[in-house]
Amino acid sequence: MSTFETIPESTSQTSAEHLAERLSKSITAAAEADRREGWNRPPVFLPESENGVLEVAMGPHHPSTHGVFRMDVSVDGERVIRLKPVFGYLHRNHEKIAEGTAYLASMPYTDRLDYFCSLTNNWAYALAVEKLAGIQVPERAEYIRVILAELTRIQNHAAAVGFLLQDMGASGTPLMYAFREREKILDLFEQLTGSRMMCNYMRFGGCRVDVTDAWLDRARRLVAGMPQFVDEFEALLTTNEILMVRCQGIGALKPDLAVNAGVTGPMLRATGVNYDLRKVDHYGIYDRFKFRIPLGDHGDVYDRYMVRILEIREAVHILEQALKEIPAGPIMDPKTKLRGFRPKPGEAYGRIEAPKGELGFYLISDGGSNPYRYRVRPPSMINLTVLEDMCLGHNVADVVVILGSVDIVLGEVDR
Amino acid sequence: MAIDQELKIEMGKQGVFVTTIQELYNWGRRSSVWPMQFGLACCAIEMIATTMARYDLARFGAEVFRPSPRQADLMIVAGTVTKKMAPQVVRLYNQMAEPKYVIAMGACAISGGPFKQGYNVLKGIDRYMPVDVHIPGCPPRPEALIQAFMTLQKKIDSHHLTGEGRPRYLDPDAPGEFKVPEPGEHDLEPASNQGVWPVPVVIR
Ligand code: SF4
Repeated sequence: MSTFETIPESTSQTSAEHLAERLSKSITAAAEADRREGWNRPPVFLPESENGVLEVAMGPHHPSTHGVFRMDVSVDGERVIRLKPVFGYLHRNHEKIAEGTAYLASMPYTDRLDYFCSLTNNWAYALAVEKLAGIQVPERAEYIRVILAELTRIQNHAAAVGFLLQDMGASGTPLMYAFREREKILDLFEQLTGSRMMCNYMRFGGCRVDVTDAWLDRARRLVAGMPQFVDEFEALLTTNEILMVRCQGIGALKPDLAVNAGVTGPMLRATGVNYDLRKVDHYGIYDRFKFRIPLGDHGDVYDRYMVRILEIREAVHILEQALKEIPAGPIMDPKTKLRGFRPKPGEAYGRIEAPKGELGFYLISDGGSNPYRYRVRPPSMINLTVLEDMCLGHNVADVVVILGSVDIVLGEVDR
Repeated sequence: MAIDQELKIEMGKQGVFVTTIQELYNWGRRSSVWPMQFGLACCAIEMIATTMARYDLARFGAEVFRPSPRQADLMIVAGTVTKKMAPQVVRLYNQMAEPKYVIAMGACAISGGPFKQGYNVLKGIDRYMPVDVHIPGCPPRPEALIQAFMTLQKKIDSHHLTGEGRPRYLDPDAPGEFKVPEPGEHDLEPASNQGVWPVPVVIR
């Protein structure tokens, strides 16, 4: 294995070997005791004999992993020389269940994919079905979708930054600030959809209920106060010395590797690749709004943080325009029928720029009332595939920060 | 043994505070329940929201989320327990020091919830370990978690230190650890732990 050959001969090798030997002895003794008592637990530490390399399983219960995710890390001293992500601790059979139920019945399940962004998940799924069945969406509904998607983006990015800082050891304050804003946005969601997190709001060809003028006013007030929050957040964080030292130059990702691995979202844009589906695909009505795409140039953790903050600012601009221009009209295409919905045989792929990256739904219909094949392209999981490349050579403590900067949600990774 | 309430008030007026060891013990226990920092799925986000400024779980003395099971008193099973994760959850429970309590938060932890029909989802964590409070909901609102906390505090308050009604951890005969299930040929084995979950009798 080439990674093992590059390790320099360390002077403290004897002590490392000694440590490994001691560990292996105690592990054998513990395993012996376990077997006597009838327990069968896998050892947590698996020492390897060569070069004093230690294998540590971080997770599935680990205070810094975002959910139940395991990383098998090989460390030489503090340095990471190998990292193997282990998925599947939250595999909930989303796709299989969806293939067995009606099209509309999968809508609440999409909420639970990326549970921070239920509304964008709804939209991606609705878009795929609309493509499959050739349904048009009325203008007002498109505006509502944009408003809700951008609100979702704000709360997701704020929370992601909060969790990143939490992982860095800033316990509490940034996360509290982020959740304070998030709660305000969740209040809006609750007023409109009846639920804080699992909104289940979009329908094929439109939305479930209409927004009221009072709701729009409340949203306008919230959006008007948002730049102030971002300023406050940035004053706290952006030039903070500890944050800069912990983030700059850590976990750098090369643009060509990011493109080859299919990385999307803020992760990709932090490497400097200008790719945003809102600009590329023009899905919905995004070509009507003026907004810019923030790009980074080092692809490290700090750039990812910065891209997220700037995206919040751009989302505020989109929201201001959308809330000003929203027209009156129907919110559902009257021709769509929700009951006995059977699209013609065919296939469709609908994708949107979710806060975490490209979220796509691929559907094959055989003319029945449930999809023949239902497949989710989750941004979190595909962004995770480059985790090892980002972590190699860094300290164990940096692995935690790098994982936090990817912004994963396990519901989406394992489905 | 309870004190005469009137007498207690009368003594209080004189500046004498009277209590029992039991009351004092339970008061201390219930006022500093430290939960374990342990989230499984969507419900964990609502659990985090509960600890944040708006809902402020600190009012109940429970804001100190411990990353290690050794320092925690309460396990909030927040989210879907899959069959791959269930052994780890039970193992974490076994590693917690007595007295320990469990709140099953959300439909998934109670019964498998919306994913119950899935082949990989455990149909309720109470098959493997004793659960003190169940919270229904998908996800339960933060208020519901607070309600569960208050229910747990009431439960702790009503514990007797001796005699028949004493809690599990004061009874040397009651089990404190439960068998960790293992992946068997078709399912986790055993399907449930003896004495924790009464297997329902199917009447055909
Ligand atoms: S009960 Fe609902 S919200 Fe909670 S983990 Fe299960 S699916 Fe998610």
